[in-house]
Amino acid sequence: MKKLISKILNNDAFSNTLASIISIVLGLIVGLVVMVIFNRAGAWPGFLVMLQGGFSDGARGIGQVLYYTTPLILVGLAVGFSFQTGLFNIGVIGQFTIAAYVAIIIGGKLTMPASIHWIVALIGASLAGVIWAAVPGILKAYFRVSEIISCIMMNYIALYLVNQLVHDTHYESTTAMSAYVKKTALMPKLGLDKIFPGSTVNSGLFIAIIVAILVYILLYKTSFGYSLRCCGLNRDASKYAGINETRNIIIVMLISGFIAGLAGGILYLSAITKNYKISELFITEPGYGIPVALLGMSHPIGIIFSSLFIAYIIVGGSLMQGYGFPVETVGIITAVLIYFSAFSLVFKNKVNKFALHFSYKESQKTDSLKNE
Amino acid sequence: MQHITKIFPRIVANDDISFQLKKGEIHALLGENGAGKSTLMSVLFGLYVPDGGRILVEGEEVKISDPHEANRLGIGMVHQHFKLVQVFTALENIVLGVETTRGGVLQMEEAREKVDALSKQYGLLVDLDKKIEDMTVGMQQRVEILKMLYRDSEILVFDEPTAVLTPQEIDELIRIIKDLAAEGKSIIFISHKLDEIQQVANRCTILRKGKFIATVNVAEATNEQLSEMMVGRKVMLQVEKDEPQIGEVALHVEDLVIKAPGLSEKNKVNHVSFDVHKGEIVSIAGIENNGQHEVVMALTGLMPATSGKISLNGEDITDWSVRKRNYKHISHIPEDRHKHGLILDFDLANNFILQSFFTDKFSNHGFLNSQSIQKYSTELIKQYDIRSAKGPDTVVKSMSGGNQQKAILAREMDRSHDLLIAVQPTRGLDVGAIEYIHKQLVRERDNGKAILLISLELDEVMNVSDRILVMFNGEIVANVLPKDVSERDLGLYMLGSKVGA
Ligand SMILES: Nc1ncnc2c1ncn2[C@@H]1O[C@H](COP(=O)(O)OP(=O)(O)OP(=O)(O)O)[C@@H](O)[C@H]1O
Ligand SMILES: [Mg+2]
Repeated sequence: MKKLISKILNNDAFSNTLASIISIVLGLIVGLVVMVIFNRAGAWPGFLVMLQGGFSDGARGIGQVLYYTTPLILVGLAVGFSFQTGLFNIGVIGQFTIAAYVAIIIGGKLTMPASIHWIVALIGASLAGVIWAAVPGILKAYFRVSEIISCIMMNYIALYLVNQLVHDTHYESTTAMSAYVKKTALMPKLGLDKIFPGSTVNSGLFIAIIVAILVYILLYKTSFGYSLRCCGLNRDASKYAGINETRNIIIVMLISGFIAGLAGGILYLSAITKNYKISELFITEPGYGIPVALLGMSHPIGIIFSSLFIAYIIVGGSLMQGYGFPVETVGIITAVLIYFSAFSLVFKNKVNKFALHFSYKESQKTDSLKNE
Repeated sequence: MQHITKIFPRIVANDDISFQLKKGEIHALLGENGAGKSTLMSVLFGLYVPDGGRILVEGEEVKISDPHEANRLGIGMVHQHFKLVQVFTALENIVLGVETTRGGVLQMEEAREKVDALSKQYGLLVDLDKKIEDMTVGMQQRVEILKMLYRDSEILVFDEPTAVLTPQEIDELIRIIKDLAAEGKSIIFISHKLDEIQQVANRCTILRKGKFIATVNVAEATNEQLSEMMVGRKVMLQVEKDEPQIGEVALHVEDLVIKAPGLSEKNKVNHVSFDVHKGEIVSIAGIENNGQHEVVMALTGLMPATSGKISLNGEDITDWSVRKRNYKHISHIPEDRHKHGLILDFDLANNFILQSFFTDKFSNHGFLNSQSIQKYSTELIKQYDIRSAKGPDTVVKSMSGGNQQKAILAREMDRSHDLLIAVQPTRGLDVGAIEYIHKQLVRERDNGKAILLISLELDEVMNVSDRILVMFNGEIVANVLPKDVSERDLGLYMLGSKVGA
């Protein structure tokens, strides 16, 4: 029995998960403290509502959690995939934005049968993401320009360009948002609307999960993924091994941009009510890419779970408003939780240390038994 | 240190080791690769918390929970793999963590004066404003030593300091260490080179497989006795080999030129031509930084040749990619195992397939074949006696330095090749392992492979090679047979004060 425990403790996947859970719990405690500071009376009930998250609103609530999870999985994957190969695609925001625009235009302007309209719009969106990611990819691969800087520039270009384009090409002046996309271009529900009535969850969720599995297979099971991880962990050794880094950098950025674009497309094709709002601020969803990837340890399967968690907190947080918390506090508390997620690596080391200690104690016990 | 025990998963790195350092002595620590030397020192330096035992400094029991505590107790350490911030200057690295500030402003001038004084006192020449990444390893090491002295350490630990140095630098270091001991500092000196231990140390403690074996007075022990205590059997310190069966030309280098980077007019490699035949071990001897490094880089494709021609078995490979050269043609044991040789965060199995992961043996329609990778790794580990905690699944970072080197060797020897380029292949290995590697090199030769050995150690060059080339200032200044040349002459060639055939 003890042996089993020590074996589980020393298992990598287990220590990753445990570390993530510890950081979540600590984040929750700090979140509660923040809430007490802001509103003593409402803190506890508000906290409980947040913890209940989607569950407090029945099937619709759960559906909404899954709806928020969908783009988070994809942007988390886009960031995490680039992390694993030693790049930092911070341009997910721009790739997402430009893709959203392309999805809205194809979905709103073109006329096609329902069976293919949304597919065409999604493909268009993904390709827009690819093109937006190609620029920093090429600059990095051939000219050694830091992808972080070029990505940030591409983000701003995307923001202002899309603001202008939406205004000029597909604008609804009464709402100050983009005009509607056609019904034919909306993501199919595949019965999810029956299970979770009233929510906007759609088949995009399945696409996101499938992409996560594909990324996992690509990274860990294929020889190409091996070469990508080599580049991520030691560039000199990859060169020594004859791995073509220039090619890898470009391919990674293209794939990452594709996934980011897919996220943008799926989100803006998810409901007739989801429109692009012209604003000086970036869209919020892709901004979660980095915390989702960190909390999920950049592992595709971990990212699915960290997305679920963060979506859950977002939905729960929005319900806290009913307990006298202004929208801003809700933002602060979710941010606290998410920042704590970045600490999961620290906790991973602690968990490992504890595991070692535990197995050592056990081995000593068995030794002394043998000696007797 | 009394009864120190340190356990890693599935391995007892230190098993009830007691060890005593007298004031002002130089105490050597000797043991096979993975015997637990670095671990014991890391415990002393507060990097690891021991699972048992206690540490006394000047008779008082102390708890050393982190390196700061060690510093406070006057314990300093030069690690086997340096711990310097690459993008900081030497001075910044030296004061890092113990900066003097006044009103929040760094007081670098005071620090500079103190460091200057120390470097004059001990002859530790360092360009204080140079960044670490632009320094040779020898200079980086001097920075590490200054760092210890700057912190007024009284107990100085050197973990394999000579493994990365040229023979000239080693003499220099030994002089410095002796000076430090004469000043009353106590020194722990880890090395696999018995001659060095004989030269510097007063006493020597021997570890084997995590256990304490003995502490002896160096003056009363011979090299043979020391190595026998350490390995547990007799070791051949001389290489046994027959006359080479020299075949046709395998590697042919013609008029190779490599320009120095930047605007410098001088060539790093200046019109070099040589051959290596099948069944022959040719070594390139020379003092560091005379162009050997660049020759290897050009042969392996890691650096382009400015002009000239390289051919292998009659085929012109000058413009081949690294992968094409790697694949069935050239094996390369690189100079810097952490930079080029290994992916430290990967496990052993993944490191074994570094160059051949895409071949049919290890992958199938683009998918890795984990079964055959696992099987292959288990074989290599067994065949080359690589000691590690979890076999193929051991993360390489957690392995001892010598076993990391063995892993590279296993991979490169086992990959099919016509030419083996071995750069300092025995760096950091214990005498038993060195004996083994040398035997393997000779066996490769006897199998008709061409071998190019680059070594800074005269002993190794004289012992192992069938022919010796000496490089000086980017040119080959001698091409001699070991039996026709004395170590002294070889040294003169290397200094450029003698030019031969
Ligand atoms: N952080 C770690 N985690 C797990 N095992 C470790 C770790 N560090 C060292 N070990 C194991 O402990 C043993 C002793 O290693 P250590 O580095 O002390 O050897 P060493 O005597 O310094 O050898 P070398 O001469 O090769 O440097 C090795 O078997 C090594 O694999
Ligand atoms: Mg060591």
